[in-house]
Amino acid sequence: MRTIMTGNQAVAEAVKLAKTEVIAAYPITPQTVIVEKLAEMVDSGELDAEFIRVESEHSALASVYGSAVAGKRSFTATSSHGLLYMYEMVWWVANARVPLVMSVVTRTIGPPWNIHTDHTDILTMRDSGWIISMAENVQEAFDLTIQGFKICEELSLPFTAGMDAFQLSHTSEVVDLPDQETVDEFLPERKQSYVFGDEDFTVGSIGPNEYTFKLRKDTFETMLKAEKVVEKVSREYEELTGRNCGLFEEYKLDDAEYAIVMMGAWSGDAKDAIDELRREGIPIGLLKLRYVRPMPRKIKRVLEGKEVLVLDRDCSMGVGGILGLELKSFVDNVSNVIAGVGGVDVGVEELVKMFSLFVEGKLEETWWFV
Amino acid sequence: MQVVECLISKPSKGSAGKTGLWRTYKPVVDESKCNLCMLCWLYCPESVISSGGSCIVIDYEYCKGCGICSEICAKKAIEMVLEE
Amino acid sequence: MLKEITILSFGGQGGVTAARILALAAVKDGKFAQAIPQFGAERRGSLVRSYLRLSDREIRRHSSIRKADVVSIFAEKILKMVELKDYLKENGIVIINSETGGDYCVNASEIALSLNLVSAGWPIVNTAMAGAMAKVLGISMDSLLKAINETFHGKLAESNSKAAEKAYEVVHKCR
Repeated sequence: MRTIMTGNQAVAEAVKLAKTEVIAAYPITPQTVIVEKLAEMVDSGELDAEFIRVESEHSALASVYGSAVAGKRSFTATSSHGLLYMYEMVWWVANARVPLVMSVVTRTIGPPWNIHTDHTDILTMRDSGWIISMAENVQEAFDLTIQGFKICEELSLPFTAGMDAFQLSHTSEVVDLPDQETVDEFLPERKQSYVFGDEDFTVGSIGPNEYTFKLRKDTFETMLKAEKVVEKVSREYEELTGRNCGLFEEYKLDDAEYAIVMMGAWSGDAKDAIDELRREGIPIGLLKLRYVRPMPRKIKRVLEGKEVLVLDRDCSMGVGGILGLELKSFVDNVSNVIAGVGGVDVGVEELVKMFSLFVEGKLEETWWFV
Repeated sequence: MQVVECLISKPSKGSAGKTGLWRTYKPVVDESKCNLCMLCWLYCPESVISSGGSCIVIDYEYCKGCGICSEICAKKAIEMVLEE
Repeated sequence: MLKEITILSFGGQGGVTAARILALAAVKDGKFAQAIPQFGAERRGSLVRSYLRLSDREIRRHSSIRKADVVSIFAEKILKMVELKDYLKENGIVIINSETGGDYCVNASEIALSLNLVSAGWPIVNTAMAGAMAKVLGISMDSLLKAINETFHGKLAESNSKAAEKAYEVVHKCR
């Protein structure tokens, strides 16, 4: 069905179509609309799920941790300070290998109090063991959420689908929603990862040091395997819907001498900027990351021989952008720029200017774009 | 240099601009009825009411037209009139 | 061709809804569309910007609209509050809820009042303005009515449809 929807509405639709069984969430701008919609769906009987009202984000994630351990398909959503408030549970869920999906509507962190987008909040999850994806548009926010359930359940790792505050969460744009039959065909019933028998058991109790070591090593190795699982699931989804949502997207990259690497809603602006520069004959292209974890290692090959500019909407103080740091660890010829932090509007005009400076070799490293 | 000015806000008049523009209804005082009891001053959430000697004065640049003063006035001296 | 439209309205007049209805209507016409509410300190009565993009191709950008091809002004008073050239491209088009002051004029307040589309003392001009904008932007009345009927229900759908139809009919060049 082709219609228009905001990112928040689309994610709620995805959660419904995935036949999610338990939802717990605490409201925070700009994520609130997702759970409001879901609450309405549960109330009207459109969605047969348990909706748990909680007193904080920490409890929200703790609740779905419990329901997911018990074998139920579970979902929560948050943003910014809400994510930070549930931070203990973020790690607990990953370390306990609990498959669930959380939508993070990326919003900058205060002070000053600010509800607009940057990617610092979602990247605080980077080292925890979550699968981390980021949408470019409303369609991808929908697609990634549906695929997230399958990916997390195959890997027994929690999955987060990120989308930019307001630019996606509150922007209405064209989406094509699959029908229930298509989603059912794609997404089987929740596969139980913990084996329940007649015996009582506890998840996440005390253990010897070696257990911790073994568990972390196993999560690390699972994350390496996750690249293949994401690609497999995205191919399965593509067969049914015609849309690929793999680890990354290449845009005019084949013959490019210059490559931009970035993620999120402003990648769309970057595509328009690249088209403008291409018209001037500049061989430039884009590699859009859809996933930060697993980090797609094969982009090293894709970017080989190109001058690479990584654009970050986040930073690690005194060192650079977080994606910039990541790519520098395994890709050659990487420059890094920080821009758009705190929701500062970066549009096609600014990106054309920035990319031109990069091509001319006049761009300063970790230049804070103003 | 620490950019403290971005962290600090000080109480000032109209930090959100001329909020009087938001008004749909305007409180209009009937001077003959006002006995300066100042109940409206006490209840006004925007602190736009002051005493003008014989009658209260409303700062229309910042009054948002919520109508609480009109509701609370014991003398029924404040009428809410639709803005043009 | 990408067409960028900025709506300037007061919070409560329905600028955000108008952008969304027009986007939905354009999609029903087979086009691509995007509606972005500008979030900030908007409250009932404060100046609100809403953005609308229309195109024959997929719309990829998500940044705000700086200078629009078309600016739609929901209240004459707004003209005194803003510097129009900050919002409008040179040779851009202005559609205004007034008898004068734009390239296209429509008395949307009068249309809304005549249909009793009033909330807390204000005429709600969004669907009338949407009708006028649809005419100027080349969006079909048929799709606009469908979009309105998906947004409102019952009696409200009826009066809002009438407001859009009336404005579509009477909007006229005034410069």
